[in-house]
This record gives sequence, C-alpha cells and structure tokens, in this order.
Amino acid sequence: MRFPIFLALALTLSAPVRADDGFIVVQSTTSTRNSGLYDAILPQFTEETGIEVRVVAVGTGQALRNARNCDGDVLLVHARAAEEAFVADGYGLSRADLMYNDFVLVGPSDDPAQVAGTTGIAPALAAIADARAPFASRGDDSGTHKKERTLWTTARVDPSDASGTWYRETGSGMGATLNIASGMNAYTLTDRATWIAFSNRGDLRILSEGDPALFNQYGIIAINPDRCPDVKAAPARVFIDWLLSKAGQSAIAAYRRDDRQLFFPNAKGE
Amino acid sequence: MTGFGDAFAAAFGLIARMDADLVEIVGLSLRVTLSATLCACLLGFPLGAILAVGRFPGRGVLTVLVNALMGLPPVVVGLVVYLMLSRAGPFGALGLLYTPTAMIVAQTILVTPIIAALARQTVADLDAEYHETLRSMGAGAGARMRTLLWDGRFALMTAALAGMGRALAEVGAVMIVGGNIDHVTRVMTTAIALETSRGELTLALGLGIVLMVLSLALNALVMGARLSGARMSHA
Repeated sequence: MRFPIFLALALTLSAPVRADDGFIVVQSTTSTRNSGLYDAILPQFTEETGIEVRVVAVGTGQALRNARNCDGDVLLVHARAAEEAFVADGYGLSRADLMYNDFVLVGPSDDPAQVAGTTGIAPALAAIADARAPFASRGDDSGTHKKERTLWTTARVDPSDASGTWYRETGSGMGATLNIASGMNAYTLTDRATWIAFSNRGDLRILSEGDPALFNQYGIIAINPDRCPDVKAAPARVFIDWLLSKAGQSAIAAYRRDDRQLFFPNAKGE
Repeated sequence: MTGFGDAFAAAFGLIARMDADLVEIVGLSLRVTLSATLCACLLGFPLGAILAVGRFPGRGVLTVLVNALMGLPPVVVGLVVYLMLSRAGPFGALGLLYTPTAMIVAQTILVTPIIAALARQTVADLDAEYHETLRSMGAGAGARMRTLLWDGRFALMTAALAGMGRALAEVGAVMIVGGNIDHVTRVMTTAIALETSRGELTLALGLGIVLMVLSLALNALVMGARLSGARMSHA
C-alpha cells in the first residue's frame, strides 16, 4: 500500500524526467568502463547518431542476470560460453565478436612462488598452489572469475579446498580485488586493460603473460524484443552495427593509455 | 601510498575550479537525498505521531518493527527496489530503473523508519508532558498529533538531519537501482566507489572530503535555521 505513495511522491519530485526515446542501456562488464574505453568512444557514437548510451557496468555474471530481467538493450561482456547460453535460451538475438585483449597474472615483485620462472599459465598457477602463496580471486562469477576457474582446472588444482587460507575469494569487482591484492601482496588474475588503467599497484607487477589460454574475447549481444517487449531494438541495433563497423572498430583500436592499445577489434567482416 | 595531504589538495582543486563533473554529481546527490528526506519526513512524521499518540492493537509490534527497520541494510533495500522496478518486476512498466527517481524511492524506504522512530520518541515525550492539558482542552487524537508535531518541530529537525545523513552517506542502494551511470545517476558515493575501484585513491578520498564538507554545510544551515527559529518563538 505504501509503495505507490512513495512512487507518486518520488515521481513528482524528480520531474523533469527526460523523454525515454533518446537513449539505450548497455549492461556491461567493468573492465571496459574502468579502463576508460567508453569515455573515449561513446561521445563519437552519440555525435554521429544522436543516441545516448547509458552504461551500467557490473560483473559479467550480474550483467547477464540483469539482461535476463530485460533491464537493458545491449549486453557487452566477456564470457563466451555464458553468452552463447544467453542467446540459446532466447534472451539474445545473436552474439558477435567485438574485440579482444588478454589476461595477465600479477603478483608481488619478490614473487614468493617463483612464478616468473615458469612458462605458461598452468605451471604458474600450480607454483602458487604449491607455495600456498596468497591468491586473490574475484569469486563473483564474473568473466574474469570464470576464466580463472577454467585455468585452475587446466593446472589440475582445486583451490576451493584452500578457500580462506591462501586462496582468498573477495566477491568483488576487478578494481576492488586489485586493491586487496595490492594490500596483502597477493597474486591475482586481471584483464590487461584494467591493469594498465589501475593506479594503486603498490608492489604488484605482471609475472605471467602471453599464454594463448589467457586470450580474452569480448562479445556483444542485442537483447531479444520477443522476450523483452520494452527493449529499444532499433537504436540498440544501430549501436551494435556501429561498433562492428569500420568506424566503431577503428575507434576501439585508437583508444590508448600510457601509449598502449588496450582493446584489439576483431569483428568479423564489415 | 596515498597521502592525506594529496587528498586535501585534490579536494581543494576540485572545489576551487568548480569542476563541471563535480558540480553535476554534487547537484544530483543533493537532489536525490533532499527529495528522499522530504518524502521520508512526509511519511515518517505522521507515522511517528500515530505510534506515539494512537491507541490501537498492534501498536507495540509496529513500534518495534519501525525501530528495527532503522538498521535496514542499504544493499537489501537496493535489491528489493531493483526487483520491484526491474522490467521483470511488478512496477517494471514504469521504466524507472536506472533513473534518479528509483534512487529517491530506495532512499525514502531506507530513511523513513529512522525519521518515524525518532519522531515517535519526540512526540511521545511531549505527549507525556502535555497529556493532561491537551485532554482538558478536549483535543482529539488528530489535533493532539498536529499540536505535538508542531511543538516538537526543532527536535524533528534533528530527526530529519539524521535521516538525511544516512541518505547522503549510503552507497549500496543507489549503486544497484541507479547503476552509477555517468551524467545520469552518478552521485558522490558511487563516484567515490568507482574511483576506488580504478585505484585512484587520492581522487576518491578527495571526493570523500567534498562530501564531508557538503554534509557539514547542510547541518550548519539547519542548525542556523533552528537557532533563529527558536529565538523568534521565544521573543
């Protein structure tokens, strides 16, 4: 009974509410926002098309759940299997590769597990488990967390037994987890874009990189209007087509930080 | 490590050059928090007065409930309002999720119990003091509540301030229902959370200092109003 009263009051107080037509909502992973990519490319898109893009940056797991509740028009995340399941379940129209970069393993520069001497990510993780050196895991079902669990499997280690000892699940975003790793001198897995843009590194540095298993593919999906009748299908399509077009792809490629390219466009065809 | 000196410098720099983004974020913070506090006062003052003066079955249980709800975790409020306003939820058709309105709704729910509980105490204390006088004047329950609320207006300002402080400081609820969208739903606390996650600790702390200054200014303003009001009514 009280709820409608709140709504009525809040509605009157928060006027003027802008018309609903000129914007779309993108449910997104955090790395693309925290690295500054959206700040760099979205103004170009809005200028060309007049469509405002509102980004809700949460972990990939939460972005997928929000999108299943129809609370968005476009999904931009990095967990291929979960994305394909999203489309197969009828929530998304189709999935397209957008861009990629890679994950890196960072850790304290004195490297107690001697990760720097190993080749490949699986031996590196096995060395951390052997040394029982602190490892900060996202623990939040995000794209990075999904990747991390896959990598532990290839390293034939089940870290969940060690949860609370050397394996520490933060249940937080990438930035918060990096802050924690920096504070406790722990190892952690991070996407390279967030790492390059991250300012509170403390004693952390990259200790393992370059393994093909660390490949990080971002995908983009239009939400299915059959499932979500309120979805703004037309402007969502314009946004996705722009990102996959030459203009969008070169805008992504042009974004640099500290003289380094953070995301590498790889949309198929034109 | 971040020095507090650097943070103060960052805060001062932001304020001194009236950073456009900062002005926008502060403006939205004020708009959301003040609207929510106003809604919560409109609901909480009468509710508190009814609990203090009214005589009806379940009053004790309701009082305990309102007092307990003062400890509502903002994240839980955010989650409940999200589920209500989500396109898949009962109020989804309104399209309010990820708007300032959704943030006002969430903060109103968060703050109303605080204001109601404090108002109840204020009115109950006054009622104990003036009960006989008001009764001899033949005042009904409604008139008594109005009189006592008006009489306790300065104490109720403190109740409103307590509620406003809670709304201004919380991040859990507005993060979930607002989405921390740049230029749309980004407020002081969510901006601080974002800068922290970017590892920009100096800037985050600087924003925190700005928020504290803002809170200080609001409280000083209300205190001033209260003092001059009290002086006038005693003159």
